[in-house]
Amino acid sequence: MFNALGEYLLLMFQVFRKPDKRKIFRKQLFLEFQNLGIDSLGIVAIISAFFGGIVAIQTAYNIDSPLISLTMVGFTTRQSIILEFSPTIISLILAGKVGSRIASEIGTMRITEQIDALKVMGVNTANYLIFPKVVASLLINPILIIFSVVVALFGGWLACVVTGLVTSQDYILGIRYCFEGFIVFYALIKTVVFAFIIASVSGYQGYFTKGGALDVGRSSTKAVVYSSILIIIFDLILTQLLLT
Amino acid sequence: MIEAVNISKFFGNHEVLKNISLQFEKGKTNLIIGRSGSGKTVLMKCLVGLYGVDKGHIDFDDRNLSKMTSKEQRDIRKDLGMLFQGGALFDSMNVEENIMFPLTMFTKKTYEEKLERVNFCLNRVALENTNKLYPSELSGGMTKRVAIARAISMNPEYLFCDEPNSGLDPITAGVIDELISEITKEYQTTTIINTHDMNSVLKIGDKVAFIYDGELWWKGDKHQILKTDNKELNDFVFATELTTRLKN
Repeated sequence: MFNALGEYLLLMFQVFRKPDKRKIFRKQLFLEFQNLGIDSLGIVAIISAFFGGIVAIQTAYNIDSPLISLTMVGFTTRQSIILEFSPTIISLILAGKVGSRIASEIGTMRITEQIDALKVMGVNTANYLIFPKVVASLLINPILIIFSVVVALFGGWLACVVTGLVTSQDYILGIRYCFEGFIVFYALIKTVVFAFIIASVSGYQGYFTKGGALDVGRSSTKAVVYSSILIIIFDLILTQLLLT
Repeated sequence: MIEAVNISKFFGNHEVLKNISLQFEKGKTNLIIGRSGSGKTVLMKCLVGLYGVDKGHIDFDDRNLSKMTSKEQRDIRKDLGMLFQGGALFDSMNVEENIMFPLTMFTKKTYEEKLERVNFCLNRVALENTNKLYPSELSGGMTKRVAIARAISMNPEYLFCDEPNSGLDPITAGVIDELISEITKEYQTTTIINTHDMNSVLKIGDKVAFIYDGELWWKGDKHQILKTDNKELNDFVFATELTTRLKN
């Protein structure tokens, strides 16, 4: 474990260097915005919309007392979505989708000697391959999470209105009730940390792939598993640090 | 000229290369031959700096590779072209982008100048008008030729070829051999080729080194190799039915 940690840190020293050529870095960065961000919009939208609806319906069904206002449905949905669902659950989903993509892409380049070819040319391979992915993730994931929050809250509203459990007015009032900007800041801090974990851990797993096609699969699985575990651990740490 | 001086390489406790000293001359095709697992690829990877050596040193025109700063090593790599066994073309790029990549990365040429160089290199390997094809659309022979075009795009002083003929039919293999030999003579590169193809040895082997179990067992040229009384080398050279019949 300590070997892996040392290897990871040394790799990160290579990653966070000045890119060999800015023009190529810019091109790679925009490519990664597409690959890691825009390509994930669909899955983020679908999961967020349904999750928002589910949270709203479950909350509405659990309010038995007539003393509790139905505006609480909007309030609870908002808090659940912003505090935990969008930053953490969507990051876990991205760890699966984006993490496996990064690890398998870099791992395949490793076993087909494409990384060696870059190295022989004199390219800083860690920087060229991983840095644009890390930067793209750090920039695009917060946008994805804000998008997820908006879609999930809309999904909650739609579920309430269609089922007739809560009126549109009550739901919107609940969403606006006691809103603190800090929870969005907290969600974005978590998102940025999780984005770094996903891109760097997956990059590391792909970069040190050894063997053949089976090993690329193994690296990809490890990338998802380790990223997910680290996301949960850092979720706990950041929650303790920022919310208490 | 590239010189390996008493180099040894260990993987754990296993000594893969044992005190090898070799000189690779400029303008000549220097072949490294040996059985699979004898250490040829490790030797080549040490020569290009992909692996560090545990003992000895490697000199590029009297400049010690291991004593160079990382910037100096990167500079020398710009003079170095390598053809990998599987081609190692970048999947996400088409032929033109593959060949143009080192030019974009390390030169300030305009797109037109780079395109001119790409077309020159493609013409050199007889693959005109394949600019927009992707690696997945190329045959084995075409992949190797594109890889050669990429390797020579920066006008390298040193050209390394790891098993350039593996997986190719004898005619295509012959074309690749001739191409590498012509490029070596034309641009006076120091060319090092890993192979176990005896056709290549007899056709283009200006200098031949035989590696056996990580040791330098024999060195000479394509004429001397058929006359040697070295048992391990003879076993290797006359391992096929065809060469045995020719010998008899």
